Amino acid sequence: MVFMNFRILLIGVAGVFLAIAIFWVTQGKTHQQISYNQHIRPIINAKCITCHGGVKQSGGLSFLFREDALDTTESGLPAIIPGDAKHSEMYKRIVHHDPEYRMPLESAPLNKEEIALIAEWIDQGAEWEDHWAYIPPRHDIEPPVVSGQQETSNGIDGFIFKKLADNDLTPAPRAEKEVLIRRLYLDLIGLPPTPEEAQAFLDNESPQAYEEEVDRLLASPHFGERWAALWLDLARYADTKGYEKDLDRNIWKYRDWVINAFNKDMPFDEFTVEQLAGDLLPNPTKQQLIATAFHRNTMANDEGGTDNEEFRVAAVVERVGTTFEVWQGTTLACVQCHSHPYDPIRHEEFYEFMAFFNNSQDRDIYNEQPKLFEYAPEDAQEIATTVDWVTTHLREEDAVRLPEEGFLHEKKEALLYDLGYRKVEAEEFQASSKLIELMAPDQDVVWQVQDSSWIMFEDVDLSEVESISFRCATAISGGFIEVRLDSINGRQIGQTEITTTGQWKGWSFSKPEAALWKAFNTRLQPVTGTHDVYYLFRKNRDLTQHLFHLDWVYYHERTPLKAKYNENFNQKLAQLASFEPVTTPIMRDRPAQKSRETHVFERGNWMAPGQLVQADVPETLGEIPQGDPANRLGMAHWLVSEDNPLTARVAVNRFWEQLFGLGIIETMEEFGSQGNAPSHAELLDWLAVQFMDQHHWSVKKLLKQLVMSATYQQSSKATSDKIEKDPRNRLISRGPRVRLSAEQVRDQVLAVSGLINLEMLGPSVKPPRPDYSSNGWGSWVAEQGKEQYRRSLYIYTKRTSPYPMLTTFDGTTRNVCTSRRIRTNTPLQALTLLNDSTFYTAAKKLAIQMAATHPTDVARCLQEGYERVMLRTPDHERIKALELLYQDALSRYQNQGLVHSVALEEGSDDGDSARVQAFALVANALLNLDEFVTKN
Amino acid sequence: MRNIVEEAQHRLAAYNTRRHFLKQCVSGLGATALGALTGCGPGLDEPLVGASMGEKIADALTTHFPGKAKKVIFLHMAGAPSQLELFDYKPALNKLDGQDCPPSLLEGKKFAFIQGVPQMLGTQANFKQHGQSGAYVSDYLPHFSQMVDEVTFLKAVHTDEFNHAPAQLLMHTGGPRLGRPSMGSWVTYGLGSENQNLPGFVVLVSGSEPSAGKSIWGSGFLPTVHQGVQCRSEGDPVLYLSNPGEVDPFLRKRSIDIINKINEQEYRESHDPEILTRISQYELAFRMQTAVPEVMDINDEPAWVHEMYGTNPGKNSFANNCLLARRLVENGVRFVQLFDRRWDTHGAGPNNGVDGALKDACRSVDQPMSALIKDLKQRGLLDETLVVWGGEFGRTPMMEARSGADFKGRDHHGDAFTMWMAGGGIKKGFTHGETDEIGFSGISGRVHIHDLQATILHQLGLDHERLTYQFQGRDFRLTDVAGKVVKEVIA
Repeated sequence: MVFMNFRILLIGVAGVFLAIAIFWVTQGKTHQQISYNQHIRPIINAKCITCHGGVKQSGGLSFLFREDALDTTESGLPAIIPGDAKHSEMYKRIVHHDPEYRMPLESAPLNKEEIALIAEWIDQGAEWEDHWAYIPPRHDIEPPVVSGQQETSNGIDGFIFKKLADNDLTPAPRAEKEVLIRRLYLDLIGLPPTPEEAQAFLDNESPQAYEEEVDRLLASPHFGERWAALWLDLARYADTKGYEKDLDRNIWKYRDWVINAFNKDMPFDEFTVEQLAGDLLPNPTKQQLIATAFHRNTMANDEGGTDNEEFRVAAVVERVGTTFEVWQGTTLACVQCHSHPYDPIRHEEFYEFMAFFNNSQDRDIYNEQPKLFEYAPEDAQEIATTVDWVTTHLREEDAVRLPEEGFLHEKKEALLYDLGYRKVEAEEFQASSKLIELMAPDQDVVWQVQDSSWIMFEDVDLSEVESISFRCATAISGGFIEVRLDSINGRQIGQTEITTTGQWKGWSFSKPEAALWKAFNTRLQPVTGTHDVYYLFRKNRDLTQHLFHLDWVYYHERTPLKAKYNENFNQKLAQLASFEPVTTPIMRDRPAQKSRETHVFERGNWMAPGQLVQADVPETLGEIPQGDPANRLGMAHWLVSEDNPLTARVAVNRFWEQLFGLGIIETMEEFGSQGNAPSHAELLDWLAVQFMDQHHWSVKKLLKQLVMSATYQQSSKATSDKIEKDPRNRLISRGPRVRLSAEQVRDQVLAVSGLINLEMLGPSVKPPRPDYSSNGWGSWVAEQGKEQYRRSLYIYTKRTSPYPMLTTFDGTTRNVCTSRRIRTNTPLQALTLLNDSTFYTAAKKLAIQMAATHPTDVARCLQEGYERVMLRTPDHERIKALELLYQDALSRYQNQGLVHSVALEEGSDDGDSARVQAFALVANALLNLDEFVTKN
Repeated sequence: MRNIVEEAQHRLAAYNTRRHFLKQCVSGLGATALGALTGCGPGLDEPLVGASMGEKIADALTTHFPGKAKKVIFLHMAGAPSQLELFDYKPALNKLDGQDCPPSLLEGKKFAFIQGVPQMLGTQANFKQHGQSGAYVSDYLPHFSQMVDEVTFLKAVHTDEFNHAPAQLLMHTGGPRLGRPSMGSWVTYGLGSENQNLPGFVVLVSGSEPSAGKSIWGSGFLPTVHQGVQCRSEGDPVLYLSNPGEVDPFLRKRSIDIINKINEQEYRESHDPEILTRISQYELAFRMQTAVPEVMDINDEPAWVHEMYGTNPGKNSFANNCLLARRLVENGVRFVQLFDRRWDTHGAGPNNGVDGALKDACRSVDQPMSALIKDLKQRGLLDETLVVWGGEFGRTPMMEARSGADFKGRDHHGDAFTMWMAGGGIKKGFTHGETDEIGFSGISGRVHIHDLQATILHQLGLDHERLTYQFQGRDFRLTDVAGKVVKEVIA
């Protein structure tokens, strides 16, 4: 009571002070230092910026930058004269007696306090301050020391518990061990523990038991899989290209790179640099090149008649936005058309940043060049052996100079080229006319060869070439291929007629068998030197949308080296040429002499280029480190430099959100002045500094720090007091209790039933889905065997038709970078969990285990099932409820029998007894319980 | 049980102003706490909470102003039909047939396929005036030509995109790239649904999926609860709707009872309000299992209805989908979106032109879409149901002549095309906008896609500038930063 009175007194005293302060301020006699962020920005953002900001500069005035605000406005007068409020137009207009002139226009005038603050601020010199997130975090923050009964584990607890105390809350007690172990497993590796693993932890009485588990899980190979899921949402990773055709894209090696990077605990700064600029590192490794596929996850449009330049630009623009969202938690989309409405980023700065990406070689062409060519391990072995065999069998005078550095594919290609084995896949062209398409799903044959369409290969040396062969197939009269030099209208140096090669069903859209292909040859007029070679397609007698298929082009040299060798030797060359590569699109910059200029797009329109700009980072956010080049590599180094105010904060916030359900800044994608305020500002900054200085960007160390905190280990049970004072658990007054992610929900069902296939890495898989879709010319041939039970992050992501179970549980379609999934709770989720055939198969599998527990003791069987699924002992009430369901089901099945049994495998009668069927219904119910789909 | 009801009432009471309600939706909690397919509708409905709470929520979901329409049926002819063969009669174009296109028309224009200087292509259809209003409709649409006095034609609609997928995205999400919420999800976000047992936004597709795929009925950055639910006329009408073979409705009911019983116990232990939402969602799921197949089963329609629409139960057809659309709006579904993909008539080969192929396409939609208007009208539903018809763009007055071919085809054209609207407070027997004498560009009453969207929202009582959602630090809306309501067409 005494305490209460004291507080009221305090409020009273504060009120008096405030009144006095306002009095002083209104009298303009205060000496209080005015803070832009604290006093002025809120007024300007609420009352002025809509008309005087980045979008509109009414009267020629903007308040975003100090220099703009002090500049002369359209009236000829500056709005602000620092040090002289009385003569500043801004002041005169906010106090104007005539509503026609008074600012803000057509709104209520500013109140006296606001006017006084602005006047004083101008008199003090009208200084600006950056938004807090644009100022690097302080390095001298110390965790508050809290006195209380709750034990703290590390600095995190100081911040959290202090704030709880400030809000008259106390932390929740530590969660029960069986709850904690399930939480920890799901959080760190995305899978629940097995009953044995859970039991081992319960039995371990050591005070280090929990920490030992943490270390074990951080070292688990499944750790990388769980955390890759988060990153793949940001990287908008998908197995198709998007847009209309949404054809396959081979880019799973990037997914594997992310998994491995997390498993290796690659420091986050390195992780950043390799993804954004791995190709610009000295002698990049294959893995560093694959890392750059991060920005090759942009969508590509293969739709007929699209303008490749339009979609190249769209991809480049998208890379700017994604880079800023992922590393800077800043939305730049609005700056594409005009200066940022609220934050100090200018229109042209968007394009300066775009210049970093504008010079990449990729340009929305079908074959996704540039790519990294690799081979399956067994093929690679054989290729290496064969390359060795060929080089050792070369006569001395023929010795070809293979690149000493470089990858197997490049060596092999160089060897074949030098020996005169010059076969080029037609689909690897460098440019084409609009109508050219590749045949789905493999995209390894040129299709839609129409009259006057063409493909082009850059820099072909024709000096030694006497003729060219084309492997073609057609069921009609075919057409002609003209060979032209350096332009579509350039000199014609050869022509061949393509004639009927045979008949097959659906010839114009289906790939013919090998026997239906034929090579057609043309002699060439002599040419010297290197040229861009155009293949122009012309119609013959028949005119259709499609004249013929083209598989490859072969350049015959007059005296190829290979001709000097025997058949056996030449067979080796043919064999070398026959291996199918595994390709991954990567980033590569155009050479300096071919580099693209970058212009501002007026109002964001790519067809309206404006002033020329040079690559740079926004001024507000620092500069490229000294000595670094002004390219992607320098940009990546800027992101991970200690001076960058945002990177570490944004990263730490993401990992926090994954564990606690909400970010310290809830708007994970927006740290700018329009984002939400942080719930614990100092904690965020302290963690960011720890992440850089203490952990040296180690994600595992950061995560360990988070899960070791007493804050994380709290029980998630709420009390009515906590619900009232902290309804959304923003203050972390209890442990996290949130629904699991889509991937975790599915993986957990597979894990507890024993169906799961924990094989790692490799091409994506297509589990059965109820809405078989043939849209986009790519079909979904469902996996039959155990591949269908792989972890969810290996499920093939088709952008226009994502896997329905995952999207129902808020998985993303990976069209754009997604920082946070909004959790929903819908009846479609209920229907999916209840009825999905994979999930019911899992229930059946569980039922068989339950039934085998005891021949007659139903309660024991049910308890076994519950423990397997929830990893804790059920109370009597739950068992009673489940038994009710079991008995109902049993009598139903015994009395009626059932025609449509869900069998586990074909020919198996495991699931046919009424008893197992009844347990299956119970297991199905268990897999639908709130406590199962929720992290407790 | 009593306790839970009180808790729920207490919780819901916090949401009974629209302002608070929308704020909560934005923050994510609202979406989860109130998440139902029924807009950001009540997460807890009658069986648990009692009717009074449901009413309170309904009050909260008021429109910005009284709307004339309550529901929308959008018939999208994916691939883009030619306005020059259907509605936009241009005798001058016929006179130019076969002549080279004047260069002034081509200057600064980009086309998807046309290269060089194309030739003008006169209409392939025969036009006549119809009805009191005297609107021109061609002989490709004999049924529809009798309906002209019910509709408003928009003759000068224009779009920014000339490829299918981006243009479809612009039409349905207000932007040409993936990632934004679709019109139907904006509408259910703003208004919720009228039926607690059915999704508020239903999509029906005939033929294959439209070019832009499911993203044109996605919810973008709005909570996924607002995405369109694709109902199918073959297989499960909604994915995962039917029980596994060995679970019959009786056992399903029993199992949901037990699931909810244990969840209630879990709620008493952990006090997590999210559990209450889950309980109600399981109940809704069970009701949907009955309600959805019922509304999707057209077998119970009398023979004369089938005759009127030309339906054939069990088949995937536009006719069936039109009849389903009527049944869905009758049952309170807010937004019904039909896609029919067969309209891309380039003349790139035989049976792909604006002569044969377009005529065939018309034959499959003419009768059912006319029947839909008639049927809605005779049931008194047309006044409150806005029907919108059109493609993602139109087609060029020039012949595409791809490969120099002589097939009568037209390229994509975004500068001017025709759409029509009926019911929902739109003028009857009216034409808005006019194109030049060859139908290349609008010369009056031009309507941009964003204007169309603004008008559709307006008819529902929603101000397109106020129906916003904060994402990535700024307010987004369907019409981006543009759009004006086309006042002229409002009755």
